[in-house]
This record gives sequence, structure tokens and C-alpha cells, in this order.
Amino acid sequence: MSKVIISRRALLRASLASAATLPLAGCKALDFLRERENAMRQFMIRANTLTSRTQRLLLSADQLAPEFSEADIRQSQFANGSTDLSGAEYAALKEKNFDAYRLQVGGLVERPAEFSLADLRNMPVRTQITRHDCVEGWSCIAKWQGVPLCAVLNRVGVKPTARYVMFHCFDAIERTLSGEVLYYESIDLIDARHPQTILAYAVNDRPLPIANGAPLRVRVERQLGYKMAKYIARIELIADFSRIGNGHGSYWADRGYEWFAGI
Amino acid sequence: MTNSSQVPGRLIRRQKLATRITHWIWAISLLFLLPSGLQIFNAHPILYLGDQSGFTFDNAVLRLAGFPGWVTIPSTRDLATGRVVHFFFAWIFVLNLLAFFAMSWSNRHLQKDLTPTANDTQHFVQDVRDHLNLKLGHGVRYSPLQKFAYGGVLFVLFPLIISTGLCMSPGMNAVLPWLPEIFGGRQTARTIHFAVMVLLGVFFVVHLAMIVLAGPFNELRSIVTGYYRTSPRPKKGSCDV
Repeated sequence: MSKVIISRRALLRASLASAATLPLAGCKALDFLRERENAMRQFMIRANTLTSRTQRLLLSADQLAPEFSEADIRQSQFANGSTDLSGAEYAALKEKNFDAYRLQVGGLVERPAEFSLADLRNMPVRTQITRHDCVEGWSCIAKWQGVPLCAVLNRVGVKPTARYVMFHCFDAIERTLSGEVLYYESIDLIDARHPQTILAYAVNDRPLPIANGAPLRVRVERQLGYKMAKYIARIELIADFSRIGNGHGSYWADRGYEWFAGI
Repeated sequence: MTNSSQVPGRLIRRQKLATRITHWIWAISLLFLLPSGLQIFNAHPILYLGDQSGFTFDNAVLRLAGFPGWVTIPSTRDLATGRVVHFFFAWIFVLNLLAFFAMSWSNRHLQKDLTPTANDTQHFVQDVRDHLNLKLGHGVRYSPLQKFAYGGVLFVLFPLIISTGLCMSPGMNAVLPWLPEIFGGRQTARTIHFAVMVLLGVFFVVHLAMIVLAGPFNELRSIVTGYYRTSPRPKKGSCDV
């Protein structure tokens, strides 16, 4: 009898002690998962392929993200990431109200072209009130107006070898010893041709403010905020990511985030 | 613990293999989901009600400074890694729940062990009182309070934390636009996701305490090997003192 009590007490003590140290030891012990090339991380990251395939399966190509009403616009669009730019080229454009801005569209296209803001405003218009969801967790509802990216792509003619639309931006999100890292982001042609994917030049009935990415930002409403590149300088149609950054297709994907940000 | 007027408890086969395997997969996945979820929360440690986050108006219901590194995965600020860990175990968690429902339906664990009976409703208050007095019996079947607690986790909290999690995915918002609506908007869904996490944490602590108090050896044996020793019962014909 007494033996049973002692062993039970010892078991209790041991289990409580291990339970108490588990989180302490556990979380630090898992810090190896931060290393990009770690095999365990590489394995876990495959769940994102499952996520993107499932979402692609469940979503038809032009199924829309929820849209809201005017009454839901309760504040100006919150801005994070780059909110002002110091580069000389951008400063010169800004000074003249982006009159000299030309959106360059090139890469794997039949007819490379340049578009001024006036050109873009004379193309088909789409206005949508949508909710912007940041990877950090916050949301903000705003009315976006711009030209469907599809219309721009049709104008230049996408070559059959092209698979992704790459956005090269003006904003230096990071300054390293080897120079500035300009923001870059990409989407596939399914999202590029989605009816809500627009190159927005206005938000809440006003020209796009500097903080929100003037003169032009993309809206990709079925994904998180970091896909919606601001300060777009140039659009390039590409076949793969091998020559882009570290090869994952976007600034944040090169830093451990999912390229597919539907989650 | 037996005396001459009692028959010793029997060693019964209580937990089926499907129950035991899914139990431990949940234990492991929740051990990863909770700290990686706190890592994700730390990126914006404010909870709101409604569709959006108020920056120029106030719809916040909770503002925290963020959770310390010893409860997050990884231990330093790293939203990207937190998301990798969280979504990997979220898939396991969801598939495990689907497997559990399918297997527990076909092996009748749901119908026989988890569905409350008229007898359970009748004895519920008494069972709560017994638990509060730490009078923990070891029956062949779950007690009314056990059915309530396990049923609440399996049929309410688990489906809630999964559906509110899906509400935060912009892709799933396009697939199921009505889902965030029924919770009152994406930010309310995020708040509910957090609240359910707290409730699951409370369940986890009470669950562990009950195992320790009810006899950790017997309880662990039943969820590892399936075998469980029931409480001694009075001999037939002897008077109950």
C-alpha cells in the first residue's frame, strides 16, 4: 500500500515538474525552425502547398472576394511598410504630381508598352469596396478604384510562356551594405486576370496618397496585404522566379513568408 | 482500497485504438498550435469587434503588450516561422478531427460514450458536486460531467476554433463569404478564435489536474493502452454503509 502511494506521489511530482519546464525548454528548443534551410521547416512548409491547391480547387477563377458598402468605410486606409520614399527618381515624379510617370510593362509580352496615369484612367475602370487584411492580423475597409490588370495585359499581349506577373517597385524596403533592396512581388496569371485585381490609382474617391503607394498599387483581394505591392514602377511578365531575389518570387517570400498568401 | 464488503474493480478495455491515436495527435498538435498562435497574435496584439480594426475609432476589446518569448514558437519575434508551424499543425488538427468523427461514428464511440442520456441529465448536478468534493469514481462509462466537457471540446470548441481560423483566410473568405458574417465580421472571428484558445487552455489545465487527482497511472494507462481499472463496488447483498 505504502509503496503505491510513494510511486504515485513520485509520478505526480515528476509529471508536474516536466509539465512546468516543457514550455520553457520547448519553445527555445524549437528555434532551429527559424533557419530557412532546416529540413523540418522545409517539410512543414509543404502544408502551404496543400493550402494553395485546396483554395485553387475551391475557388473558381473569377469568384469574388467579399465587397462592402459605403457605410462600412469608417476611416482612411491604414498604411504600413513603406509610407514615404526618399529616392531621387521618385522625388522628381512626386514633385510634378506624377505627370511624368510611365508604367512600363515588359518581359514575356508581344508588345511592350508604357502607360501614363492619364492613359490608365482612360482605360476600363473598376471600383470596389473591399477589406484589406494584413498578415499582422489587422483589417481595414476602403474603396479602391483602378484599371483591371487584365485590361493592361490584353493591351500588351501575354506570351504563352509567361506564368507570373512581377511588380517591381520604387520603395526601398531595406538598406543593406550591398545597396538598397527594392520591393518586389508577384502573382500568377489566375490572380492577374481576376476581375477584382486592379491597378489602383484612387482610394476612397481621392488620388492614391503617398502612404498608400502613389501613383499606383495593385489590389489582389483574395490574398493578404503584402501581395498588394505599392509604388509600382514596372510590370514584368516572367516564366519563373530564378532571376528574382532569392528565387521565391517576392520580397516577403524570400524572407520566409508564403508566396501564396490566401491564408 | 478494497475491504471485505467490496468487489475489486475490474480491468476493462475502455478506450478504442482510434480514440487513443486521435487523442495524442490532438495533444501534440495543440502543444504546437497554442505557442505558434501566440507568436502570430504578437504581430498585432489587439483584438477588435466587427469587420475591421479601428485605427481612428475604437472598437478594440483587448489590448495586450504581447506574450513573452517563453510561451511562443519560436521564442523570438518571427511571424513567418510562427505561421509555418501554425498552418502545418492546423492541417493535422483538422484532418485528425475529421478522422475522429468518421471512426468514432463507425465504432459507435460517439453514440455509446459521448451522447448524453436522460440518466446523465438527471445526475449532472450530483456529478458536478462529486467532482468539486474530489469524489472521483471510475465507472465503465464517462460520467455526466466528463461527457459534457469532452462533448463541449469536440463538438463546440474544436469546430469553433477551426471555423474562426478559416474566417481569417482571405482566400476562404471568397469561398465562404457568409462564414465571417455569422460571427460578426473577420475581426470578431479573430477575437472568438483567441477566446476559444483561452477556453481550450482552461480545459487542458483542468483535464491534467483531473488526471493527477483521479490517479495518473490508471488514467494514462487507459489513454495509452486502452485498459482501465474501474472503482471497487459494493458486494451484492451487503449493506451500503
